[in-house]
Amino acid sequence: MSFRNIRAVARREWNAYFNSPIAYVFLVIFLALAAFFTFFIDRFYEFGQADLRRFFGWHPWLYLVLVPAAAMRLWAEERRSGTIELLLTLPMTPLEALLGKFFAAWGFLALALLLTFVTPLTAFYLGHPDPGVVALGYLGSVLLSGAYLAIGLFTSALTRNQVISFILAVVIGLFLILAGYPPVTDFVARFAPQSVVEGVAAFSFLTHFDNLQRGVLDARDLVYFASVMAFMLFATQEALRGRAAR
Amino acid sequence: MIRVENLEKQFGRRAAVRGISFEVRPGEVLGFLGPNGAGKSTTMRMITGFLPPTAGRVTVDDLDVVERPVEARRRIGYLPENAPAYGDMTVEDFLDFVAQVRGFDGAERRARVSATIERCLLGAVRRQPIETLSKGYRQRTCFAQAILHDPPILIMDEPTEGLDPNQKHVVRDMIRQMGREKVIILSTHILEEVEAICTRALIISAGKIVADGTPSDLKKRGGRERSLDEVFRELTRTEDVAGAARREVAP
Repeated sequence: MSFRNIRAVARREWNAYFNSPIAYVFLVIFLALAAFFTFFIDRFYEFGQADLRRFFGWHPWLYLVLVPAAAMRLWAEERRSGTIELLLTLPMTPLEALLGKFFAAWGFLALALLLTFVTPLTAFYLGHPDPGVVALGYLGSVLLSGAYLAIGLFTSALTRNQVISFILAVVIGLFLILAGYPPVTDFVARFAPQSVVEGVAAFSFLTHFDNLQRGVLDARDLVYFASVMAFMLFATQEALRGRAAR
Repeated sequence: MIRVENLEKQFGRRAAVRGISFEVRPGEVLGFLGPNGAGKSTTMRMITGFLPPTAGRVTVDDLDVVERPVEARRRIGYLPENAPAYGDMTVEDFLDFVAQVRGFDGAERRARVSATIERCLLGAVRRQPIETLSKGYRQRTCFAQAILHDPPILIMDEPTEGLDPNQKHVVRDMIRQMGREKVIILSTHILEEVEAICTRALIISAGKIVADGTPSDLKKRGGRERSLDEVFRELTRTEDVAGAARREVAP
């Protein structure tokens, strides 16, 4: 695997975000919504607790819609404009190309997350949140965005149509959230044994994300996010191989 | 050298390429002729490794393009149909990206990009985003990308499409000059272009080779001297009009 090819593609993709209004629209909307949910819907100030659960708790839902929006063009646009033919006939493997795209987009999502630094600063100003828990919260959020992104990258490789890519990614993401969303798990628990409920919930983003939000660093949660990413990236590679059939 | 052996491509039930074999050596400029949908672009896509063949094989300097794709592609410069390029990048950034992947670094990379810009007469637009360029400039930008690494093998799908007569002249001169030591395959609908630059022509119809020879050989087919245009129509007229409509959508 050639690191220089991955870097060249990543640099191109990163610039593509900032050469268009996508980057700025995305950053403004992400930051505005994150602040809106945390401070207005969840009334962060009135809760009298200087912790960030109310802030991070919204991230799975924010990412559900915003990450597919940032990912949908990654392959669909290449297909639509025909540049995929150029990219995949350069001396580079499909894996290098897709990793370049993945890291560029993940870096961009991490930048968006980093710009929320005002919220933890507010919490530290008002009280004494545990810095370790805040750090794990950010780690969980970065991993969560990477998992959503890998799904979006996969659905983008399936089609030349960005809207279809977006909708598919949201549906898959929604499924992975709902499998561990308490109203759903409570409903399933009414007729299914506890082991089934836990088994289904183990597939969910929420289950593993919550552990990190509580300040619990468990290798299983890290492995879970890494596996989702690895699996979706592998699926993306296969989808690109299958391009011949279309 | 390019060697194509019994190449076939099936899209679902439709056979786009039905057993094509030929060899091209350095110093040859081979022109692909044929009606729309005859399988010219599909054949080129299999040679460059973009599409895997359904059957048969392609080797480039004895490297199988399916088994050793990266090494084979290093030797190939490819101008795909419709000259795709990243619209959001400037001409210079685009060529710099290609140069990075082609393995050039530092001062050499800058020199290579500049030299290619000069060579393809893109100096006036080097800092313009590609999406703002006219068709002719876009075509030449993609052409520049194909020759940047001075490849021993050049595959070009309609290289003069969308160029004005002056630009066509410049591009044909470059192809003729490069053809002296490279292996070049190009496709075109312009029969005069074949006579002007190709040392050999393949006429492809409905996925098969129906004629192979120098442009002057082809004109003498059937014992009397005719125009290439007449020969072309005679060999490909079985192709119904629906053939053009069936043409597959680019992946």
